[in-house]
Amino acid sequence: MEAFTTLTGIAAPMPKANVDTDQIIPARFLKSISRTGFGKNLFANFRFREDGSENPDFVLNQEPYRKAEILIAFENFGCGSSREHAPWALLDFGIRCVIAPDFADIFHNNSFKNGVLPVKLPREVCAQLMEDAKMGENARITVDLERQVVVRPSGEEIPFQIDPLRRHLLLNGLDDIGQTMQHAPAIDGFEAKQRAAQPWLYGA
Amino acid sequence: MSAQKPRTLFDKIWDAHVVETLPDGTALLYIDLHLTHEVTTPQAFDGLRAAGRKVRRPDATLAVIDHNIATDASRYTGIVDPESRLQVETLEKNVAEFGVPFIPLLDTRQGIVHVIGPELGRSLPGMTIVCGDSHTSTHGAMGALAFGIGTSEVEHVLATQTLLQKPAKNMQVLVEGNLAVGCSAKDVTLAIIGKIGTAGGTGHVIEYAGDAIRGLDMAGRMTLCNMSIEGGARAGMVAPDQTTFDYIARTPNGPKGEALARAIEWWKTLPTDAGAHFDRVVTLAAHEIAPQVTWGTSPEDVLPITAIVPDPEAVEDEARREQFRRKMQYMGLTPGQKLQDLPLDVVFIGSCTNSRIEDIRVAASIARGRKVADGVRALVVPGSGLVKKQAEAEGLDRILQEAGFEWREAGCSMCLGMNPDKLTPGQRSASTSNRNFEGRQGPGGRTHLVSPATAAASAIAGHLADVRDYQPKDAH
Repeated sequence: MEAFTTLTGIAAPMPKANVDTDQIIPARFLKSISRTGFGKNLFANFRFREDGSENPDFVLNQEPYRKAEILIAFENFGCGSSREHAPWALLDFGIRCVIAPDFADIFHNNSFKNGVLPVKLPREVCAQLMEDAKMGENARITVDLERQVVVRPSGEEIPFQIDPLRRHLLLNGLDDIGQTMQHAPAIDGFEAKQRAAQPWLYGA
Repeated sequence: MSAQKPRTLFDKIWDAHVVETLPDGTALLYIDLHLTHEVTTPQAFDGLRAAGRKVRRPDATLAVIDHNIATDASRYTGIVDPESRLQVETLEKNVAEFGVPFIPLLDTRQGIVHVIGPELGRSLPGMTIVCGDSHTSTHGAMGALAFGIGTSEVEHVLATQTLLQKPAKNMQVLVEGNLAVGCSAKDVTLAIIGKIGTAGGTGHVIEYAGDAIRGLDMAGRMTLCNMSIEGGARAGMVAPDQTTFDYIARTPNGPKGEALARAIEWWKTLPTDAGAHFDRVVTLAAHEIAPQVTWGTSPEDVLPITAIVPDPEAVEDEARREQFRRKMQYMGLTPGQKLQDLPLDVVFIGSCTNSRIEDIRVAASIARGRKVADGVRALVVPGSGLVKKQAEAEGLDRILQEAGFEWREAGCSMCLGMNPDKLTPGQRSASTSNRNFEGRQGPGGRTHLVSPATAAASAIAGHLADVRDYQPKDAH
């Protein structure tokens, strides 16, 4: 996983609540067996018309948002399916940070595991950042994970909260499995006790 | 005995599975059962291979194919779509390489992962159960803690049989009283989501309680827990009771004899203690719940079947009003229209929400002696090969086919637009599945979520219908 420290880029405004993972990447595009290549189908049902041509009304088909690295939306972003293809598609398109008032739990987890940073900020702040994002190509927004601030184009800094363990893993680009493997003796011990107490859970 | 703080069902299962607690409060949580399917595992097995890791507990892992496959006879001759075929073949190769137990496509036990877990007796009370699929919440009906995970977490569980988790908050949904005629668990869950919203349960595990819940059979409890995720909760659960134990005793792979007796002894200690703390409590009166139908593109856009299409201009916030308008446009609706006047192209009875034998019995009871309306395509897709076999033994397939329903093979089918069963743009469906998102059943498809009874009645009517007007005819 690529570490996330600080990102300065173009932000795409998506003033919608309940952006679900079927919107982010429809199920018919989940058939790949790799983690990459999903970006071309990110938001496919909105980006492309029935004949396959681009829908000019959709934000990611407009300049400068074709190069967006940050997405700003409203409540409950990432609800629905558990598909990790959602953060994979965002990442593959080039979006490394989503800012919204809140996120669905599974999407929130999946994002951190792929170096995509979900930032929670109140609805009115998100609305303000969307206005910033509409000002033009030079209206870059900075997301600084180290200092836990979002910096508006004006230079105003907006602090955000984040789980310390997740911040640490993301700043250092660490994956969890290696860390958990260090707890193998404790897992062995748990299994020995559970096997004695609940033998029906073993050897099915 | 020491006076221990009263605990919820969730607290008890959580506490029983904490291997270690890290300094920041994150728990290393042990996972008792890991269900897997073809869509969310290829990258996880690749990760194991790249790191030279093994599957820690193949005996606690089970793989099945469900999302990608056709539900017509073509499954016997091979999968036509090359990408779907590759995904299925990849799973077959991975389970062989890593020694994971696997139910092949043509095995009678094949079916939707959330139908077969309980049906085979693999999903049991007190367990922690995960799967790379958000509808894993279904298994909470057994009195288990069951939730969906992403592919990175699938890899983590395969390698370590654990997950790093922060404890959830406790939410109780109390449904008291008796359900009205024509109403089922599906109407209850839609009514709950209508009340709490699709983010209402975020960060929480929902325990469903109250006498209306107690009175539900296991299939009904599974429907209810299944859609917890549509209310934002990763897990929903119902305390195990005699209904649960009797169900498990009938399963092919559940514990038997002395093991079952010993298990039941432990399972009886699981229900929430009197006085346990819930962070949030929501109460519904069962008798006030009418048959429900969704009108929009989020499960929270739900109304009683007798209602009219709402008016976006009544919404104050501009961004919300704009989104509301977009929903109306997508769904092809006009404010003030009666929901019951909406004509249907497709009726889908199936999915991990409503494809169990009990659901099919209800549909058949309404279909008996009636005909599907002209111009409506109606599909019944059993949740597993075993459900299909049971339905056929009861003659339900014949009743449904005589009425004009298609009788299909088991799979996820038209729930998610990933296999050949899809809506075409503009088609309107009444569906017993769980998500009415834009494009969920196929690009441009318009989905109305309903119960199996409402779906069957609507197929007969040719439009969204009030099941109370279509009660079963006498069998003779």
